[in-house]
Amino acid sequence: MANPLEQFTIKTLIPIQLGEIDASLTNSGLFMVISVAAITLFVTLGMGKRSLVPGRWQSLAEISYEFIAGMIRENVGNDGRRYFPFIFSLFMFILFANLIGLIPYAFTFTSHIAVTFALALFVFLGVTVIAFIRHGFHFFTFFLPKGVPVAMAPVLVPIEILSYLSRPISMSIRLFANMMAGHTMLKVFAAFIIPLGIMGGWAPLAVDVALTVFELLVAFLQAYVFTVLTCMYLNDAINMH
Amino acid sequence: MSDDHPNKDLKDLDNRLKQARQEGKIGAPENRPGGTGDASGFSMAMRVGSELVSALIVGVVIGLLLDNWLDTGPWFFVLFFFLGAAAGVLNVYRAASSMGSAPGYIRPEDKIDG
Repeated sequence: MANPLEQFTIKTLIPIQLGEIDASLTNSGLFMVISVAAITLFVTLGMGKRSLVPGRWQSLAEISYEFIAGMIRENVGNDGRRYFPFIFSLFMFILFANLIGLIPYAFTFTSHIAVTFALALFVFLGVTVIAFIRHGFHFFTFFLPKGVPVAMAPVLVPIEILSYLSRPISMSIRLFANMMAGHTMLKVFAAFIIPLGIMGGWAPLAVDVALTVFELLVAFLQAYVFTVLTCMYLNDAINMH
Repeated sequence: MSDDHPNKDLKDLDNRLKQARQEGKIGAPENRPGGTGDASGFSMAMRVGSELVSALIVGVVIGLLLDNWLDTGPWFFVLFFFLGAAAGVLNVYRAASSMGSAPGYIRPEDKIDG
Protein backbone atom coordinates (compact mmCIF):
# COMPACT_ATOMS: atom_id res chain seq x y z
CA MET A 1 0.00 0.00 0.00
CA ALA A 2 1.25 3.46 -0.83
CA ASN A 3 2.58 5.54 1.99
CA PRO A 4 0.06 8.33 2.66
CA LEU A 5 2.89 10.75 3.40
CA GLU A 6 4.68 10.02 0.14
CA GLN A 7 2.74 12.78 -1.60
CA PHE A 8 4.61 15.38 0.44
CA THR A 9 8.12 14.45 -0.68
CA ILE A 10 10.03 17.17 -2.45
CA LYS A 11 11.50 16.05 -5.74
CA THR A 12 14.09 17.95 -7.69
CA LEU A 13 12.97 18.50 -11.26
CA ILE A 14 15.69 20.75 -12.68
CA PRO A 15 18.90 20.91 -10.62
CA ILE A 16 20.27 24.45 -10.38
CA GLN A 17 23.29 25.26 -8.26
CA LEU A 18 24.02 28.93 -7.52
CA GLY A 19 27.38 28.88 -5.76
CA GLU A 20 26.72 27.24 -2.41
CA ILE A 21 22.96 27.59 -2.70
CA ASP A 22 20.83 24.76 -4.00
CA ALA A 23 18.29 26.66 -6.08
CA SER A 24 16.90 23.66 -7.94
CA LEU A 25 13.41 23.76 -9.30
CA THR A 26 11.45 21.25 -7.24
CA ASN A 27 7.88 20.04 -7.59
CA SER A 28 7.06 22.51 -4.82
CA GLY A 29 8.61 25.38 -6.78
CA LEU A 30 6.95 24.25 -9.98
CA PHE A 31 3.52 24.47 -8.39
CA MET A 32 4.31 27.89 -6.98
CA VAL A 33 5.07 29.00 -10.53
CA ILE A 34 1.88 27.35 -11.75
CA SER A 35 -0.14 29.11 -9.04
CA VAL A 36 1.30 32.51 -9.86
CA ALA A 37 0.71 31.93 -13.58
CA ALA A 38 -2.86 30.81 -12.91
CA ILE A 39 -3.57 33.86 -10.76
CA THR A 40 -2.10 36.18 -13.38
CA LEU A 41 -4.15 34.54 -16.12
CA PHE A 42 -7.27 34.59 -13.97
CA VAL A 43 -7.04 38.28 -13.16
CA THR A 44 -5.74 39.62 -16.48
CA LEU A 45 -7.99 37.52 -18.69
CA GLY A 46 -10.93 38.04 -16.36
CA MET A 47 -10.55 41.80 -16.41
CA GLY A 48 -9.40 41.95 -20.03
CA LYS A 49 -12.74 43.01 -21.48
CA ARG A 50 -13.64 45.46 -18.71
CA SER A 51 -17.27 45.33 -19.66
CA LEU A 52 -19.75 47.23 -17.56
CA VAL A 53 -21.93 44.18 -17.14
CA PRO A 54 -19.36 41.56 -16.19
CA GLY A 55 -19.22 38.09 -17.66
CA ARG A 56 -18.51 35.00 -15.58
CA TRP A 57 -14.75 35.39 -15.31
CA GLN A 58 -14.89 39.10 -14.79
CA SER A 59 -17.45 38.56 -12.03
CA LEU A 60 -15.13 36.11 -10.31
CA ALA A 61 -12.20 38.49 -10.54
CA GLU A 62 -14.33 41.35 -9.25
CA ILE A 63 -15.72 39.26 -6.41
CA SER A 64 -12.21 38.35 -5.26
CA TYR A 65 -11.19 42.00 -5.46
CA GLU A 66 -14.20 43.16 -3.48
CA PHE A 67 -13.82 40.35 -0.97
CA ILE A 68 -10.32 41.45 -0.03
CA ALA A 69 -11.13 45.16 -0.27
CA GLY A 70 -14.04 44.60 2.13
CA MET A 71 -11.86 42.55 4.46
CA ILE A 72 -9.31 45.35 4.65
CA ARG A 73 -11.97 48.01 5.10
CA GLU A 74 -13.56 46.07 7.95
CA ASN A 75 -10.43 44.98 9.75
CA VAL A 76 -7.95 47.76 9.11
CA GLY A 77 -9.87 50.77 7.90
CA ASN A 78 -8.91 53.35 5.33
CA ASP A 79 -5.25 53.39 6.28
CA GLY A 80 -4.98 49.76 5.22
CA ARG A 81 -5.84 50.45 1.61
CA ARG A 82 -2.27 50.98 0.54
CA TYR A 83 -1.49 47.41 1.60
CA PHE A 84 -4.21 46.01 -0.63
CA PRO A 85 -1.86 44.71 -3.35
CA PHE A 86 0.13 42.68 -0.87
CA ILE A 87 -2.88 41.25 0.94
CA PHE A 88 -4.66 40.45 -2.30
CA SER A 89 -1.59 38.65 -3.65
CA LEU A 90 -1.17 36.76 -0.39
CA PHE A 91 -4.78 35.60 -0.40
CA MET A 92 -4.80 34.58 -4.05
CA PHE A 93 -1.46 32.79 -3.72
CA ILE A 94 -2.60 30.68 -0.78
CA LEU A 95 -6.06 30.09 -2.22
CA PHE A 96 -4.74 28.97 -5.60
CA ALA A 97 -2.07 26.83 -3.94
CA ASN A 98 -4.70 25.08 -1.85
CA LEU A 99 -7.14 24.63 -4.72
CA ILE A 100 -4.59 23.51 -7.31
CA GLY A 101 -3.23 21.10 -4.72
CA LEU A 102 -6.58 19.32 -4.67
CA ILE A 103 -6.24 18.30 -8.31
CA PRO A 104 -5.03 14.69 -8.46
CA TYR A 105 -1.26 14.36 -8.99
CA ALA A 106 -0.76 18.00 -8.08
CA PHE A 107 1.55 19.01 -5.27
CA THR A 108 0.27 21.14 -2.39
CA PHE A 109 3.15 23.37 -1.38
CA THR A 110 1.13 24.92 1.47
CA SER A 111 1.36 21.52 3.18
CA HIS A 112 4.99 22.30 3.96
CA ILE A 113 5.75 24.31 7.05
CA ALA A 114 8.82 25.78 5.35
CA VAL A 115 6.54 27.55 2.88
CA THR A 116 3.83 28.63 5.31
CA PHE A 117 6.35 29.74 7.91
CA ALA A 118 8.20 31.81 5.32
CA LEU A 119 4.92 33.52 4.39
CA ALA A 120 3.96 34.07 8.03
CA LEU A 121 7.42 35.32 8.96
CA PHE A 122 7.32 37.80 6.09
CA VAL A 123 3.96 39.10 7.31
CA PHE A 124 5.21 39.22 10.90
CA LEU A 125 8.39 41.13 10.03
CA GLY A 126 6.52 43.46 7.69
CA VAL A 127 3.89 44.28 10.29
CA THR A 128 6.53 44.86 12.96
CA VAL A 129 8.45 47.19 10.66
CA ILE A 130 5.26 49.10 9.80
CA ALA A 131 4.47 49.46 13.51
CA PHE A 132 7.98 50.77 14.17
CA ILE A 133 7.82 53.26 11.31
CA ARG A 134 4.40 54.51 12.35
CA HIS A 135 4.88 54.67 16.09
CA GLY A 136 8.60 54.60 16.76
CA PHE A 137 9.31 53.64 20.33
CA HIS A 138 5.64 53.88 21.22
CA PHE A 139 5.66 50.40 19.77
CA PHE A 140 7.02 49.05 23.04
CA THR A 141 3.90 50.12 24.89
CA PHE A 142 2.50 47.07 23.11
CA PHE A 143 4.22 45.00 25.73
CA LEU A 144 3.64 47.10 28.83
CA PRO A 145 -0.07 47.74 29.05
CA LYS A 146 -1.23 51.04 30.45
CA GLY A 147 -2.37 51.17 34.06
CA VAL A 148 -0.61 47.98 35.09
CA PRO A 149 1.29 48.16 38.41
CA VAL A 150 5.04 48.23 37.80
CA ALA A 151 5.43 45.24 40.11
CA MET A 152 3.54 43.13 37.56
CA ALA A 153 5.74 44.16 34.64
CA PRO A 154 8.39 41.42 35.03
CA VAL A 155 5.65 38.81 34.63
CA LEU A 156 3.46 40.53 32.07
CA VAL A 157 6.08 41.76 29.64
CA PRO A 158 7.58 38.31 28.89
CA ILE A 159 4.08 36.89 28.46
CA GLU A 160 3.14 39.67 26.06
CA ILE A 161 6.36 39.23 24.10
CA LEU A 162 5.82 35.47 23.87
CA SER A 163 2.27 36.06 22.76
CA TYR A 164 3.52 38.44 20.09
CA LEU A 165 6.23 36.05 18.94
CA SER A 166 3.77 33.20 18.70
CA ARG A 167 1.86 34.94 15.90
CA PRO A 168 3.83 33.66 12.92
CA ILE A 169 4.04 30.20 14.48
CA SER A 170 0.29 29.89 14.95
CA MET A 171 -0.40 31.25 11.47
CA SER A 172 1.99 28.87 9.76
CA ILE A 173 1.09 25.81 11.85
CA ARG A 174 -2.60 26.28 11.18
CA LEU A 175 -2.26 26.50 7.41
CA PHE A 176 0.27 23.70 7.05
CA ALA A 177 -1.44 21.35 9.51
CA ASN A 178 -4.82 21.79 7.85
CA MET A 179 -3.52 21.13 4.37
CA MET A 180 -1.32 18.23 5.41
CA ALA A 181 -3.98 16.56 7.55
CA GLY A 182 -6.58 16.89 4.81
CA HIS A 183 -4.40 15.44 2.10
CA THR A 184 -3.18 12.62 4.33
CA MET A 185 -6.75 11.71 5.21
CA LEU A 186 -7.77 11.69 1.53
CA LYS A 187 -4.88 9.38 0.75
CA VAL A 188 -5.54 7.03 3.66
CA PHE A 189 -9.14 6.52 2.63
CA ALA A 190 -8.22 6.33 -1.05
CA ALA A 191 -5.80 3.51 -0.29
CA PHE A 192 -8.71 1.36 0.98
CA ILE A 193 -10.86 1.71 -2.13
CA ILE A 194 -9.18 -0.82 -4.44
CA PRO A 195 -8.15 -3.43 -1.79
CA LEU A 196 -11.73 -3.64 -0.50
CA GLY A 197 -12.93 -4.46 -3.99
CA ILE A 198 -16.25 -3.89 -5.68
CA MET A 199 -18.20 -4.92 -2.58
CA GLY A 200 -16.61 -2.91 0.20
CA GLY A 201 -14.82 -0.22 -1.76
CA TRP A 202 -17.82 2.05 -1.95
CA ALA A 203 -17.67 3.12 1.67
CA PRO A 204 -14.15 4.64 1.53
CA LEU A 205 -14.98 6.07 -1.90
CA ALA A 206 -18.00 7.85 -0.43
CA VAL A 207 -15.87 9.14 2.44
CA ASP A 208 -13.31 10.41 -0.05
CA VAL A 209 -15.95 12.22 -2.08
CA ALA A 210 -17.25 13.90 1.08
CA LEU A 211 -13.72 14.70 2.19
CA THR A 212 -12.92 16.28 -1.16
CA VAL A 213 -15.83 18.68 -0.76
CA PHE A 214 -14.74 19.36 2.80
CA GLU A 215 -11.19 20.00 1.59
CA LEU A 216 -12.51 22.56 -0.89
CA LEU A 217 -14.05 24.39 2.06
CA VAL A 218 -10.84 24.08 4.07
CA ALA A 219 -8.77 25.33 1.13
CA PHE A 220 -10.81 28.50 0.97
CA LEU A 221 -11.16 28.85 4.72
CA GLN A 222 -7.46 28.60 5.46
CA ALA A 223 -6.60 31.16 2.82
CA TYR A 224 -9.27 33.37 4.38
CA VAL A 225 -8.04 32.88 7.94
CA PHE A 226 -4.44 33.56 6.99
CA THR A 227 -5.43 36.79 5.26
CA VAL A 228 -7.81 37.92 7.98
CA LEU A 229 -5.11 37.45 10.60
CA THR A 230 -2.71 39.44 8.45
CA CYS A 231 -5.30 42.21 8.35
CA MET A 232 -5.75 42.07 12.13
CA TYR A 233 -2.03 42.27 12.77
CA LEU A 234 -1.79 45.11 10.29
CA ASN A 235 -4.59 46.84 12.17
CA ASP A 236 -2.69 46.47 15.44
CA ALA A 237 0.39 47.92 13.80
CA ILE A 238 -1.41 50.87 12.23
CA ASN A 239 -3.95 51.76 14.89
CA MET A 240 -2.17 50.39 17.99
CA HIS A 241 -5.09 49.34 20.10
CA MET B 1 -29.50 60.84 -29.81
CA SER B 2 -28.87 57.14 -29.63
CA ASP B 3 -25.62 57.86 -27.71
CA ASP B 4 -27.65 58.71 -24.64
CA HIS B 5 -29.19 55.33 -24.40
CA PRO B 6 -26.50 53.47 -22.45
CA ASN B 7 -26.42 56.23 -19.82
CA LYS B 8 -30.16 56.35 -19.62
CA ASP B 9 -30.26 52.62 -19.07
CA LEU B 10 -27.67 52.94 -16.36
CA LYS B 11 -29.59 55.66 -14.58
CA ASP B 12 -32.66 53.55 -14.77
CA LEU B 13 -30.76 50.62 -13.30
CA ASP B 14 -29.36 52.85 -10.59
CA ASN B 15 -32.81 54.05 -9.65
CA ARG B 16 -34.15 50.55 -9.54
CA LEU B 17 -31.20 49.43 -7.40
CA LYS B 18 -31.75 52.28 -4.98
CA GLN B 19 -35.41 51.43 -4.74
CA ALA B 20 -34.66 47.77 -4.11
CA ARG B 21 -32.19 48.71 -1.42
CA GLN B 22 -34.67 50.90 0.36
CA GLU B 23 -37.23 48.18 0.25
CA GLY B 24 -34.68 45.91 1.83
CA LYS B 25 -34.69 43.41 -1.02
CA ILE B 26 -30.93 43.57 -1.40
CA GLY B 27 -28.30 44.70 1.05
CA ALA B 28 -26.42 47.91 0.59
CA PRO B 29 -22.76 47.20 -0.20
CA GLU B 30 -21.66 48.34 3.26
CA ASN B 31 -23.75 45.93 5.29
CA ARG B 32 -23.51 42.83 3.21
CA PRO B 33 -22.14 40.05 5.44
CA GLY B 34 -18.49 39.30 4.77
CA GLY B 35 -18.23 35.60 5.53
CA THR B 36 -20.67 32.82 6.23
CA GLY B 37 -21.60 32.00 9.81
CA ASP B 38 -20.60 28.34 9.72
CA ALA B 39 -17.28 29.00 8.11
CA SER B 40 -16.23 31.61 10.64
CA GLY B 41 -17.26 29.36 13.52
CA PHE B 42 -15.13 26.54 12.20
CA SER B 43 -12.20 28.82 11.51
CA MET B 44 -12.50 30.24 15.01
CA ALA B 45 -12.16 26.74 16.45
CA MET B 46 -9.06 26.10 14.35
CA ARG B 47 -7.63 29.41 15.37
CA VAL B 48 -8.07 28.96 19.10
CA GLY B 49 -6.38 25.56 18.98
CA SER B 50 -3.30 26.70 17.17
CA GLU B 51 -3.00 29.88 19.25
CA LEU B 52 -2.75 27.82 22.41
CA VAL B 53 -0.14 25.45 21.03
CA SER B 54 1.99 27.98 19.20
CA ALA B 55 2.68 30.17 22.22
CA LEU B 56 3.68 27.08 24.16
CA ILE B 57 6.05 26.07 21.33
CA VAL B 58 7.65 29.51 21.29
CA GLY B 59 8.07 29.43 25.07
CA VAL B 60 9.60 25.97 25.14
CA VAL B 61 11.97 26.70 22.24
CA ILE B 62 13.17 29.94 23.83
CA GLY B 63 13.63 28.18 27.18
CA LEU B 64 15.62 25.34 25.65
CA LEU B 65 17.79 27.72 23.65
CA LEU B 66 18.55 29.85 26.72
CA ASP B 67 19.41 26.71 28.72
CA ASN B 68 21.69 25.51 25.96
CA TRP B 69 23.39 28.86 25.71
CA LEU B 70 23.80 29.65 29.42
CA ASP B 71 24.14 26.04 30.56
CA THR B 72 21.59 26.52 33.33
CA GLY B 73 20.01 23.11 33.57
CA PRO B 74 16.28 22.94 33.15
CA TRP B 75 15.48 26.28 34.79
CA PHE B 76 14.83 28.50 31.79
CA PHE B 77 12.94 25.65 30.16
CA VAL B 78 10.66 25.39 33.19
CA LEU B 79 10.22 29.15 33.45
CA PHE B 80 9.45 29.66 29.78
CA PHE B 81 7.21 26.62 29.67
CA PHE B 82 4.90 28.33 32.13
CA LEU B 83 5.27 31.73 30.49
CA GLY B 84 4.46 30.14 27.13
CA ALA B 85 1.43 28.41 28.58
CA ALA B 86 0.27 31.71 30.05
CA ALA B 87 0.81 33.45 26.71
CA GLY B 88 -1.17 30.69 25.01
CA VAL B 89 -4.10 31.16 27.35
CA LEU B 90 -3.82 34.90 26.82
CA ASN B 91 -3.93 34.38 23.03
CA VAL B 92 -6.99 32.19 23.34
CA TYR B 93 -8.67 34.67 25.64
CA ARG B 94 -8.06 37.45 23.15
CA ALA B 95 -9.15 35.42 20.17
CA ALA B 96 -12.29 34.23 21.96
CA SER B 97 -13.34 37.55 23.42
CA SER B 98 -13.07 39.01 19.90
CA MET B 99 -10.59 41.61 21.02
CA GLY B 100 -8.79 40.76 17.85
CA SER B 101 -5.29 39.68 18.72
CA ALA B 102 -3.86 42.94 19.89
CA PRO B 103 -1.16 42.74 22.49
CA GLY B 104 -1.64 44.76 25.63
CA TYR B 105 -4.90 45.84 27.11
CA ILE B 106 -5.08 49.20 25.41
CA ARG B 107 -8.71 49.87 24.59
CA PRO B 108 -9.75 51.95 21.59
CA GLU B 109 -10.87 54.83 23.83
CA ASP B 110 -7.47 55.32 25.43
CA LYS B 111 -5.35 54.53 22.43
CA ILE B 112 -2.09 56.32 21.99
CA ASP B 113 -2.04 59.09 19.48
CA GLY B 114 1.17 58.92 17.51
